[in-house]
Amino acid sequence: MARIIQKRNLPPSAFTFRSVAVVVIVAVLTLLISAPNEWVRAADDEPVKSAVRKDSKRAKLPVQVGKIDASMVSSWADNHIKPSPHEDDVKWCRRVFLDVIGRIPSYDEFAEFAKDKSSDRKLTLVNRLLGEDRYTEEYANHWSSVWTNILIGRNGGMENRSLINRAGMQKYLRDCFALNKPYNDMVIELVTATGTTKPGTEGFNGATNFLAMKVNEENGTQATAAVSRIFLGLQVQCTQCHNHPFNQWKQQKFWEFNAFFRQSRALRKYVAGSTGRDVDHAEVVNQDFSGEGRRPEQAEIYYQLRNGLTKVAYPAFVDGTEIGKSGYVSQVNRRDELGKLMMESPFLDKAIVNRMWAHFLGYGFTKPIDDLGPHNPTSQPELFEELSSDFRAASYDLKQLIVWITMSQPYLLSSKITKDNVSDEPSLGESPKFSHFYTRQMNAEQLFQSLAVATQANRKGSLEEQQKKREDWMRQFVVAFGTDEGDETTTFNGSIPQSLMLFNGDLIREAISIEAGSWLHAMVQNKGTVSEKIQYLTIAGLGRKPRPEEVNVAQQLMAARKNDVGGMLQDMWWAILNSNEFIFNH
Amino acid sequence: MWSRFAPPAGMDRRHFLSHMAGASALLGSSMSLGHSLRVHAETLKKNHKSCILLWMGGGPSSMDIWDLKPGTDNGGPFKAISTSGDLQICEHMPLMAKQMHHMSIIRSMSTREADHNRGRYYMHTGYVPDANVDYPSYGAVMSHELASQRPELEIPPFVSIGGASEGPGFLGMSWAPFSVSSTGRIRNLEMKLENDRLTQRRIALETIENSFIAQKRGSVLEDHRKVLGKTFDLLTSVQMKAFDVEKEPEEAKERYGKNGFGQGCLLARRLVEAGVPFAEVDLGGWDNHQGIFRTLENDRLPVLDKAMSALVEDLSQRGLLEDTCLVWMGEFARTPRINADAGRDHWARAWSVVVGGGGFQGGKAVGATSTDGTEVVGEPYSSEDLMASVCHALGISLETTFTSRNGRPMKIANSGKVIKDLFG
Repeated sequence: MARIIQKRNLPPSAFTFRSVAVVVIVAVLTLLISAPNEWVRAADDEPVKSAVRKDSKRAKLPVQVGKIDASMVSSWADNHIKPSPHEDDVKWCRRVFLDVIGRIPSYDEFAEFAKDKSSDRKLTLVNRLLGEDRYTEEYANHWSSVWTNILIGRNGGMENRSLINRAGMQKYLRDCFALNKPYNDMVIELVTATGTTKPGTEGFNGATNFLAMKVNEENGTQATAAVSRIFLGLQVQCTQCHNHPFNQWKQQKFWEFNAFFRQSRALRKYVAGSTGRDVDHAEVVNQDFSGEGRRPEQAEIYYQLRNGLTKVAYPAFVDGTEIGKSGYVSQVNRRDELGKLMMESPFLDKAIVNRMWAHFLGYGFTKPIDDLGPHNPTSQPELFEELSSDFRAASYDLKQLIVWITMSQPYLLSSKITKDNVSDEPSLGESPKFSHFYTRQMNAEQLFQSLAVATQANRKGSLEEQQKKREDWMRQFVVAFGTDEGDETTTFNGSIPQSLMLFNGDLIREAISIEAGSWLHAMVQNKGTVSEKIQYLTIAGLGRKPRPEEVNVAQQLMAARKNDVGGMLQDMWWAILNSNEFIFNH
Repeated sequence: MWSRFAPPAGMDRRHFLSHMAGASALLGSSMSLGHSLRVHAETLKKNHKSCILLWMGGGPSSMDIWDLKPGTDNGGPFKAISTSGDLQICEHMPLMAKQMHHMSIIRSMSTREADHNRGRYYMHTGYVPDANVDYPSYGAVMSHELASQRPELEIPPFVSIGGASEGPGFLGMSWAPFSVSSTGRIRNLEMKLENDRLTQRRIALETIENSFIAQKRGSVLEDHRKVLGKTFDLLTSVQMKAFDVEKEPEEAKERYGKNGFGQGCLLARRLVEAGVPFAEVDLGGWDNHQGIFRTLENDRLPVLDKAMSALVEDLSQRGLLEDTCLVWMGEFARTPRINADAGRDHWARAWSVVVGGGGFQGGKAVGATSTDGTEVVGEPYSSEDLMASVCHALGISLETTFTSRNGRPMKIANSGKVIKDLFG
């Protein structure tokens, strides 16, 4: 194996995404070959270690990890289930890469982790992904993608005449995550943002893209619904028209919350010199609001009850706190006031903890994660409350929260289901008990980035151009519902269109190309036995050595391809990329 | 060495692949979930019925289309016209007026979900959203029940045209809608690979896939294998011709309307002809909070009228209507009261849906609303009742019960009652 790498005549760019020199890789690989047991242990039939953690290891971990573990242990006992054993370390490594930086580890990152024999190598890895400069950009990109989808959807900024500048939204978010901006600061910036949406324009503030399309139409009802749902976990959209039978929110509350957005407008800025009034970007501003009663000093809004009666509303927060009624921005900046009130709300803490928990563990404490209303049952409410207040006490440091979750028992457990926890399957309607890791699909962004790493794709262009390429590719999966609220879904959901893309799509064709300059082509050119090459493929794609039956099938493919190594590698790589083991996070 | 993987002499590739699929399906059957327990054996007799759902995303104002209240405060500007059935509809639906002897309107739908997502889910499943159970949608339920009776079908039994439909819930991803655009063009269908090589790749893939499934890491992995199987089927099937809506004569394309929904309806007819048991065609843009009458008259109704009338007439002329249930609905309808922006907001308490074909009696109006359109007069009907009626029309037993692995029995259509007036 080492020979393959050593003699490979790789184009210089092939490793540019990583700064590790080839020499180091050779050393690592030599170590692997001489002591292959680490990869062998990655095989799946290995007897798994006890789930009981040694106290000596716990000492280094934040107290929140202990709180999560204790709550889980008692919940498992109450439900008469036993957790699965811990996941194999190398599989866990793949999991944490996918969830923290949005892609699988590369061959040498796997090797680097496998080489670390210390007892706290998991914590080391998480800290490395969160703290080392070489991962900052990928960390920021990953969370920027996640939050762009939350804030403006996969389609935001793609529609005709959109006021959203998607690149502007992403730039703002990338900066937030690159700097590890405290979460509460990010929220207040998004909620109160003014400025222009497009990078490079005067007064640019990328955060404005969140509300740019939500404040103008229908009196800002979309801003009302989105801010309360995303940041406070309160679903109020139904109460716009009527009191909802199952929701403590009443129609009055909706319009009181809505009143906070009534000073805000997104102004269209046209392309310079264009005669056709083509919108170039938007500027989100706060303007004096005279109210629907035309009395700016007491700017009120009206809404209609179902029976046609008209009622009045002034700005008031969900807990009933009122602010000044003036519509003059110089007297009361309503969005600024809203931002301050949100910072005091315990819902702010719960909404983000629930979202992050679900990001890593597949399910939140509530389902759906953005409905924290009293009508919706919560699993493990004490733990949920405690983590939420701890997160506030930790100054909303998302990286700390990531450590708490990724180092806790539920995240360490194997995705293998045992006879003692077979009943814990939330997809069948049980509330999640987190007694085994819930196998789930990569999303489209994770697949795209993982392929880039696994195939060492030398993708050309700047960060923005690469992001653009990914977004263009992503568009094929977006399906919009025909509503005013811009609801959408994705066909990258494990159904046939996704399989067809993985069978035949351009991205896969590129990944399995054996043209000169491609990854597989380089592998063909280099020395090494067929089984060494197969092993390289399975480690790069699946983080493990090939099983005997896979070696066997590769040999048969070799014969079928009439000893054309390139063709065989192409077939095997295609099979690996299409397999459940590749596409699932497990 | 390879020869044992080559298709046996005399067996064509398609046939061979289906054997491969069958062999792999056996391996993982112990992990299957949501298996359907058929209580009544008579449903097993051959059934070639199909269903086309015309889904009106956004919540169409049914009182401006199917249940007009001209001359009242809430009625709006549209007039009612007579039809070939025993009922009146909107003047801007003149072509449908000639087909109404095939269709019946249920004017007494009364539901409680007036949020888009909740309403879409409820109308598609018969269940209100539940934090603990994901229920399967119309297309998943009905194709699940009907597809097993047509083993010759190689293309997906649940096709969603121009929209997303709703998911398969606890039936698993292999019953998910196959989403296509109204042009019928399917991305990434061309494999450009020699025949044997596809089979060989499939064997390599299944080798990896099966070892991983054997590790028992969740039922989603089993679903993945089933979806792979369906994808291989479709890659090699001649039945995929059904999607070539472009091959239709120009005259037919014109008749349905040369827009997404029109071509989508034409595609749905082709699919039904090819044996697909469930197709859903999506027409959005009904969320008319502002300027509703202009939008309906100039935009939505002409599109709907043309396509829907062409579909009914075409199915009827081809003798397919008897075996094809048509359902027209959205997630809810719109407030009888016209708001300050000349629009209508969300309203679920009293509204209409339309059904026809299959076993349904045509030309009738079932139920009624009050003069101002706000209340149902007489017995109200729910999403469950509608779904039960469609199942009945399709010959699917209402005793069908799904049992998830955790032992919870779930009756088809959530124990809704058949709306008897719809049947002769």
